[in-house]
Amino acid sequence: MREGKIAVVGDKDLILAFKAISMETFCADNKEEGEKVIKQLAKNNYAVIFVTENLAEQMDSLLAKYKTKAYPAIIPIPTSAKSNGYGMKGIKADVERAIGTDILFNKED
Amino acid sequence: MAGRLQVNPTRMELKRLKLRLKTAVRGHKLLKDKSDEMIRRFMEFAKQNKTLREQVEKELSEALTTFIVAKAVSDDAVIQEAVAMPAKTVKLEMDSQNIMSVVVPVMQVKESESKDRYPYSFASVTAELDSSIGVLSGLLQKMVKLAEIEKTCNMLAIEIEKNRRRVNALEYVMIPQLEETIKFITMKLDENERSNIVRLVKVKAMIAEEL
Repeated sequence: MREGKIAVVGDKDLILAFKAISMETFCADNKEEGEKVIKQLAKNNYAVIFVTENLAEQMDSLLAKYKTKAYPAIIPIPTSAKSNGYGMKGIKADVERAIGTDILFNKED
Repeated sequence: MAGRLQVNPTRMELKRLKLRLKTAVRGHKLLKDKSDEMIRRFMEFAKQNKTLREQVEKELSEALTTFIVAKAVSDDAVIQEAVAMPAKTVKLEMDSQNIMSVVVPVMQVKESESKDRYPYSFASVTAELDSSIGVLSGLLQKMVKLAEIEKTCNMLAIEIEKNRRRVNALEYVMIPQLEETIKFITMKLDENERSNIVRLVKVKAMIAEEL
């Protein structure tokens, strides 16, 4: 049993909210900054990294690399606006990958 | 598509190939069973993942919207100050669990007890911030749970895909190849046997003629 840390990566205004519930926050406004922060966090014993959806969407290829390892878990979270469905798309992709077709979401499509 | 292997048609080779076929068939069955079980587990996780994500996304969006409102009505420095010192510390214990030989994360949040939910005095900030922070701190457990389940889903999906490749390789390449080679060797050996008999019969006839 090890101890891990929780990080939130996103734009400055939003991540402030997470600071109040004692998550560690890292500000990143664009793709380059985001990738740099994520790489740094992955090395430094962070168990969960929450990334805002719009940022995660841009860093798709980098995030795919971390999918095979147990830690860190990089999870997209919605921003204050309505969710753009990136997180749900991830689940959908998983189901398609495992089963071949999407059987969880096909009612809605 | 599956051609036969390049081997000598000998009895020894035949025996070796038969053993390999047996192993391949056994392995194929085991991997197929593994795949079935993994998919069953995966579906459970995927459903949980979906409902949990829906919940978290909805609550989080609302909380963040109120936070933005709170930020808009108060002075920036006030908000900064208000959230700078969290009321409680959060510890995350990371462990791992083995699901069908996939090592997935298990996480547990340990929140230190605190009388106060809000890390600031109520004098300086608005009620929007209170509700936003309140919802967020309640959401922490759920978010970590979501992280755990989503990661598990991810890893299982990747493993299922890998496993399916193995099953298919065995089923459509390895096993047909072995079967075809075994058939080829048996035919060749039978053919040798027959030509041997014919030769013997011929020789016998020649000898009988000479006498």
